[in-house]
Amino acid sequence: MNEGISAAMRGRRFASMLAKEARQIVRDPSTFLIAFLLPVILLFLMGYGVNLDAAHTRIGLSLQDDSAAARSLAGAYQRSRYFDVRATGSLAELEHRLVGGDIRAIVVIPQDFGRQVARGGGTIQIVTDGALPNTASFAAAYAEGERATWAASQARDSGRALRPPIQVSARFWFNPELASRNFLVPGAIAVVMTMIGSLLTALVVAREWERGTMEALMATPIGMGEFLLSKVIPYFLLGLVSMTLCALLAVTVFAVPFRGSVFALFAISSVYLVPALGQGLLISAALKNQFVASQVALLTAFLPTMLLSGFVFEISSMPRVIQALTYIVPARYLIPQLQTVFIAGDDWRLFLPNMGVLLAFGVVLFALCVHATKRRIA
Amino acid sequence: MAEPVARAHGIVKRFAATGLPALDGVDIAIEPGRMTGLVGPDGAGKTTMIRILAGLIDPDAGTATVGGRPATQADRSRIGYLPQRFGLYEDLTVAENLRLYADLRALPLDERAARFALLLEFTDLARFQGRLAGKLSGGMKQKLGLACALVREPLLLLLDEPGVGVDPVSRRELWAMVRELAGGGIGVLWSTAYLDEAEKCDTVFLLSEGRMLHSGPPGELTARLDDRIVRLPIPAARRRAALREALAHPDIADGAVQGDAIRLMLRAGAPVPPVADLGGTQPLVPAQPRFEDAFIDLLGGGPGGVSDLAQRYPVIPESGHAAIEAQGLTKRFGDFTAARDINFSVQRGQVFGLLGPNGAGKSTTFKMLCGLLSPTAGTGTVDGHDLRRARAEARQSLGYMAQKFSLYGDLSVRQNLDFFAGAYGLSGGDAQEAVAQAIETFHLERYAAVNSGTLPLGYKQRLALACAVLHRPPVLFLDEPTSGVDPIVRREFWTHINGLVEKGVAVLVTTHFMDEAEYCDAIALIYRAEQIATGTPDDLKALVGRPDATMEDAFIALIEASDARREAA
Repeated sequence: MNEGISAAMRGRRFASMLAKEARQIVRDPSTFLIAFLLPVILLFLMGYGVNLDAAHTRIGLSLQDDSAAARSLAGAYQRSRYFDVRATGSLAELEHRLVGGDIRAIVVIPQDFGRQVARGGGTIQIVTDGALPNTASFAAAYAEGERATWAASQARDSGRALRPPIQVSARFWFNPELASRNFLVPGAIAVVMTMIGSLLTALVVAREWERGTMEALMATPIGMGEFLLSKVIPYFLLGLVSMTLCALLAVTVFAVPFRGSVFALFAISSVYLVPALGQGLLISAALKNQFVASQVALLTAFLPTMLLSGFVFEISSMPRVIQALTYIVPARYLIPQLQTVFIAGDDWRLFLPNMGVLLAFGVVLFALCVHATKRRIA
Repeated sequence: MAEPVARAHGIVKRFAATGLPALDGVDIAIEPGRMTGLVGPDGAGKTTMIRILAGLIDPDAGTATVGGRPATQADRSRIGYLPQRFGLYEDLTVAENLRLYADLRALPLDERAARFALLLEFTDLARFQGRLAGKLSGGMKQKLGLACALVREPLLLLLDEPGVGVDPVSRRELWAMVRELAGGGIGVLWSTAYLDEAEKCDTVFLLSEGRMLHSGPPGELTARLDDRIVRLPIPAARRRAALREALAHPDIADGAVQGDAIRLMLRAGAPVPPVADLGGTQPLVPAQPRFEDAFIDLLGGGPGGVSDLAQRYPVIPESGHAAIEAQGLTKRFGDFTAARDINFSVQRGQVFGLLGPNGAGKSTTFKMLCGLLSPTAGTGTVDGHDLRRARAEARQSLGYMAQKFSLYGDLSVRQNLDFFAGAYGLSGGDAQEAVAQAIETFHLERYAAVNSGTLPLGYKQRLALACAVLHRPPVLFLDEPTSGVDPIVRREFWTHINGLVEKGVAVLVTTHFMDEAEYCDAIALIYRAEQIATGTPDDLKALVGRPDATMEDAFIALIEASDARREAA
């Protein structure tokens, strides 16, 4: 098919295809939007808009006992950095404000709290707003935590050793302030690379079909493998550029710590782009229509990355069936690597197995892609 | 005879397991140095055949070879292929497109400068090298597409309907360019639905519904009709009736209106009937047979001159006002003027034609008169109703057939008719009767329950016309009603139109078939948003100053004059 064409001419042909693709990327405003503007928007949303921290939850405090212990515990809530005590009073009054959405939880310190403490116990009631389940469980957990801390210090102060069966001393490594931004922002980088790898690639190949240029290309000597490669390389580079932009923003604007090495970050990202690009190419090879390709890319790449990768929602708290499903989402293997490289540092024992899985995904997707891309129209 | 550069033998290709094959046992040979035409209406199998030769489709049976090797393994750097959509990258410039295709086709570096210069001069694109391909006009895109296909001198040049959607001047230039190339010894396959283009080829392969009707020089085919074509001069007022009467004569196989005459085809072996039998007074004049006549003859003659539709149509009463009137109609989109100062008026019982290249402003004018677009300036009336003030009444008085198939593809023929009957305000017994009549008149019985999206093109067009006339409107708007259909369906359409006009319907029609313009009582030529000429077909032809000038000659002369005025200004 290609005899009479020297290797130099073949190289020139490939370079020419790459140059064409680069020009199209530069000239097409939609590519610019997806590759640069969208990451910035996403990063800002994740950095500022979404906050999974429990700081300053508005609560009401119903103090029904006037013992020293009860007042001391109330004081502990007042001083807590997790709570903002907005109101005090009777339970009935506070219930009204809880329903109105003015406060998110009510902590009730009951009448006989002082006596209970004196006997070595001390139960409080925590009422939360089940309409906001996340906030409700945070508030309940933190309120209980506050009480436990208070009880422990109380015991220390009085010299009476309170001996719980097991002493839990929580220490949060790497993210001591427990700022959700610190793991959301690296996660957003995964979403951005998915968008470029899968969505943008699916769109650009489908566009060649829609505009009829695919037909003209196929009638020239270019090989289909060469064509696929001429799409993969520019978008691979674009993905890395976009990732770099995100990482710089994360560290500078959002003050996310970066404790790993730049080499590790690029290695992780490059490996992830292999299955992402493979998926994008496969979608466009199978569909040949920009609209359908974008819908399929959103459904099969973007949404799973958002929802099933452990980026926003903890995988271990998902139902079993969904947990099983996450194993086929490539981003699942990327998120822990990214979070680690940013927050903890290089850990190749974590990186290498995950990279292996991603490369395996990539090989399967590209094999399917080569199988689906034929030099035929019908 | 030279050895063919490409050959196809016994090609069969089916896209759906059921139904007719797209190609059914077709043989083709393309010889170097000749213009080979692949001719047929839409859906005949032309594009499939070209893609098989380009190695882009595998046939189910038969072999296709290019340069002695199977088409799928041929040396693609030596095949020039211009797909219907040109295959240009619109966000690359003219020069970038050329360079990309030069690299793709491995044009040696030392030949480039000379080749580019030659192609740019040849296509007259040298001035536009830095312009993005997406910003070129249709004709210029086509030339650039051709230049890209030719960037390395091919052995075989495949052109898929290069004449579609381009103005006649560009079409003529493109033809001349390719003809010159063929003269240089390459094999050219030019596919077309225009039968006048077929006539100019050295060899034609005529396809219809996937079968080869004829192969050989076009003259061979038209020669069979020598002495069978005559013109009969008829006064303008009577020509439609005269055509109808003549077509009823047993010895007449086909006929059409041609300016102030009717053009008739005699049945094979039939004697020339006396003029009086044909309703004429002046003597018959022998005329040149054309490729279209031959095609119709091969398909067994025309459909006859009686329109069932017209016979059942009520006579449209005189109203005392013009049926359609455009006064200074102008439409601007931002700084772009799509139509400027369009003026004409169509009386009851007249056909008025809007002619012009794609993008000239025909459809914009059309849509303003249908009330689908609000004019920026000027007024339009339909059956006396002002489109600004009485849009609903104006719409109720007109039947509209859109350029593209705009019925519901997922509804059956009968459901579409029922829907449009309702949309036009027919109900109960009236609606049922109108639908039943439409099905009978347009021979849609066997397709009544079929989804209209799957109909053959000719039936889609029939259904579209049937829907447009369900409510018996006094005014009909037809936007390229016969685009892509075979000549028999075209004749049938004009039989209906002529019949309706005789009943007093006023028809506004757009077409890019120059011979169809001959059916019109008057024509307005729209070019670059302006109405550059208006008159009867014979008036416009007379402007060329040659006695044998065709409508196309007139069109080209007027466009060139308009361009000259523009440049002078």
